[in-house]
Amino acid sequence: MAGFVHSTESFGTVDGPGVRFVIFLQGCPMRCQYCHNPDTWKMNAGSLRSAESLLREYRRNKAFYAKGGITVTGGEALMQIDFVLELFTLAKKEQIHTCLDTSGITYRPGNTPYNEKLDALMEVTDLVMLDIKHIDAEGHKALTGHDNAGILAFARYLAEKQVPVWIRHVVVPGITDDPGQLARLGAFMASLPNVKALDVLPYHVMGVSKYRELDLPYPLEGVPAATQTQAKEAKQAILTAYWKQKRSQN
Amino acid sequence: MDNQYSYAGWRGFREGSWVNEIDLRSFIRHNFTMYDGNESFLEGPTQNTLDLWEQVMDLTRQEREAGGVLDMDTKVISTITSHGPGYLNKEKETIVGFQTDKPFKRAMMPYGGVRMAEKACADNGYTMDPQVKEFFTLHRKTHNAGVFDAYTPEMRACRSSHIITGLPDAYGRGRIIGDYRRVALYGVDRLIEDKEEQKNRTDSAMYAEVIRDREELSEQIRALKDLKKMAASYGFDISLPATNVKEAIQWLYFGYLAAVKEQNGAAMSLGRTSTFLDIYAERDLAEGTFTEKEIQEMVDHFIMKLRLIKFARTPEYNALFSGDPQWVTESLAGVGTCGKHFVTKMTYRYLHTLYNLGPSPEPNLTVLWSTRLPENFKRYCAKVSIETSSLQYENDDLMRYTHGDDYAIACCVSSMRLGKEMQFFGARANLAKCLLYAINGGVDEVSKKQVGPKYRPITSEYLDYDEVMERFDAMMEWLCKVYVNTLNVIHYMHDKYCYEKIQMALHDKKVTRWFATGIAGLSVVADSLSAIKYAKVRVIRDETGLAVDYEVEGDFPKYGNDDDRVDSLANLVLHKFMEHVRKNHTYRDSIPTTSILTITSNVVYGKATGSTPDGRKKGEAFAPGANPMHRRDEKGAIASLSSVAKLSFKDAQDGISNTFSIIPGALGKDDELFMGDFGDLGVELSDLGLEPDDLECNTCAAVPTLFEGLDGE
Repeated sequence: MAGFVHSTESFGTVDGPGVRFVIFLQGCPMRCQYCHNPDTWKMNAGSLRSAESLLREYRRNKAFYAKGGITVTGGEALMQIDFVLELFTLAKKEQIHTCLDTSGITYRPGNTPYNEKLDALMEVTDLVMLDIKHIDAEGHKALTGHDNAGILAFARYLAEKQVPVWIRHVVVPGITDDPGQLARLGAFMASLPNVKALDVLPYHVMGVSKYRELDLPYPLEGVPAATQTQAKEAKQAILTAYWKQKRSQN
Repeated sequence: MDNQYSYAGWRGFREGSWVNEIDLRSFIRHNFTMYDGNESFLEGPTQNTLDLWEQVMDLTRQEREAGGVLDMDTKVISTITSHGPGYLNKEKETIVGFQTDKPFKRAMMPYGGVRMAEKACADNGYTMDPQVKEFFTLHRKTHNAGVFDAYTPEMRACRSSHIITGLPDAYGRGRIIGDYRRVALYGVDRLIEDKEEQKNRTDSAMYAEVIRDREELSEQIRALKDLKKMAASYGFDISLPATNVKEAIQWLYFGYLAAVKEQNGAAMSLGRTSTFLDIYAERDLAEGTFTEKEIQEMVDHFIMKLRLIKFARTPEYNALFSGDPQWVTESLAGVGTCGKHFVTKMTYRYLHTLYNLGPSPEPNLTVLWSTRLPENFKRYCAKVSIETSSLQYENDDLMRYTHGDDYAIACCVSSMRLGKEMQFFGARANLAKCLLYAINGGVDEVSKKQVGPKYRPITSEYLDYDEVMERFDAMMEWLCKVYVNTLNVIHYMHDKYCYEKIQMALHDKKVTRWFATGIAGLSVVADSLSAIKYAKVRVIRDETGLAVDYEVEGDFPKYGNDDDRVDSLANLVLHKFMEHVRKNHTYRDSIPTTSILTITSNVVYGKATGSTPDGRKKGEAFAPGANPMHRRDEKGAIASLSSVAKLSFKDAQDGISNTFSIIPGALGKDDELFMGDFGDLGVELSDLGLEPDDLECNTCAAVPTLFEGLDGE
């Protein structure tokens, strides 16, 4: 089968461990206000590519990816779960490290046919990077247009499956940097034994020009980019709560 | 072994063929000590070093305030012995010698061309002494005057329309590296003896070549004698081999200094000296002659001298080369054909000067990179690159096949065996313009003059790939003929009027000469051909029917995305160009090569070239070297580099360069590739019984750097 691909990046160094071949899939149901890739929202757009053709592109330069692998991101990668499953299944046959970067938005507990596919996908996924945009249901809805019940359920599902997870969180000044909410996020992470790393990213404004090109209003007009220091402080706040919770569990 | 030669300076060295013949490679292989350790042995700057460097910074500030030149000779013609000794501070300098009698004073070198030398004076607010001008106008011919006596009208037309450009016809060609190590290992007397013997072996029939050989050898011997005199003016007798590392550095530097007193070349590179000098340092450390601190101080002072090499140049020259570069390239590390690597403690000491003196583009420290270099050294290089942005890397695994394991880089990428090979630097042919000539039947798109042969122009509204390719091939054949012949004239005259006496004295008698042509605008041509082949290119003509602009309809594969459809076109053009070059006679039995390396002059070349069928507009810069055009590589660094890596080295043996910059954040997090180890969750340090520093060290050791990831071991 073929998937709708937005683009590929041959030298990904921030989307999973090592140097990685990153595949951006087209299509996303979320409308996060800080999204820097609005050009990946539209469904059934981009170029149609087979899993084999993507693997061919990977193999050409595979020496560079010896300590890395493939990351599938988007858009929302799980909107094309059948395609990702096929791609990762083929990749695992070649011992390629597979990483799925997702928001978890497509998960619904009890949605059996879909979740069976997810079970199969997790068999061939080495790492999930789960982006928790906001720990608070209301805050999440305001930021992304959806509540986060399914996402948090997805995190627990991954814990149950014992799939290694890196949590990602973007710090937007005044929106996702409230100390109380960061502490809640840390405490939630502590309840997941499969979390291996925390990546806190400062919000940047490099996506603005894309909105202009697409003739879309920019939702965070006037919100300043976060500094490295703000990101570091937020990470510390999350970790403090994480360790506090961990210790009380023991 | 019973040897004819034995010197105090050679005590303790393992003998080999180097004893009885001039053979540096043999000496190094028999005596060097590989170093697999890390940088922890290195020493910081001494107070003297800091004082001297402060003095240099102060002079640099004065020079900048004076508009770029602090002082300049207008009367004394620079030769090896033209100036008395110069110092920063005689008491504090461990390594001495300047090009003139004081630092920051630029010498006058009119042998390449008196007008260029005069203009260099005038543009910087000085006036050349009228007697000097008269002498070099009426009585002593220059290289430049010789060239213009022999140029054909066609050559002149190509030159002024910039289809051939940057030619070394009015300035020193450079790109020759004397084997300066010879001065230290053998002493000058032995080198003179060797040259006398070579000369005596040329007394057969007096063909023109033999006469030239005898004359050149006489010049070389005279230069070696001058070298001794110059060293003596600083209080050193360099007749005999150096006896310790301080002398070895000093002797070697005198050799180099003589070269830069004599020649204002487009690139005056140093060679490959660190492994050689380390042999002396190791002996001195073992004998207790010097401490590590003292040796580092000498290296710091040596590098400081190399940073202060200066030439009198014109603003046009500086525009062509984007600044005032000397290309004092020093090649470091690499691997021997025996499989041993050449990393020594001295290799580290050279790199460490970037900390002791601060970062600097000169000397151009170039690491000959191999996957087989020791891990500690690779890490150190990565660290130095991240912290100083001052290192250049070149592929030793590739070049070793052609040049063995005692080659060095001249300028930025030109490789040559030290003392055994030299090159005739040949600037570049502008292939983007050549493509436009193919379309316009040899008429220049900017000047509208008939410069190339009057072939049939293309008259169709849309360009047809096969037709363009056929015309382009024919035009390239013409261009290569004019280009090679122009270079023949230039190098004949340079040998005749501006001969590199001291540099050639530090070569074997039998020298392999590379005839180095070059290409500008390769990615423009590749993308243009791709646009013609895979999209539709409509020609826009002016009222005289001359094609002056192009409109691309539709998308096409662009060089820089690891796409074979277009990458193969780049390779095809390179191959055809080289085949056409090879058809021509080259001066002095030189072997033709080409390079794709307009690191800086891409802006100047672009300015002189009209719109091209890839959508590039008139006057817009070309991409530097073999780079893809700006913003056309859309798949990230590896895909971009892969396109470049497909260019065949055997057709571009003089080097392929790719300029690549990236913001640190795009290279991972906190200067390391993010691996997501346990440390990322901030395991509480006290719980593990570790101090923060310990953890950092462990992390350093456990987390591989980017560069290993690139090795694909």
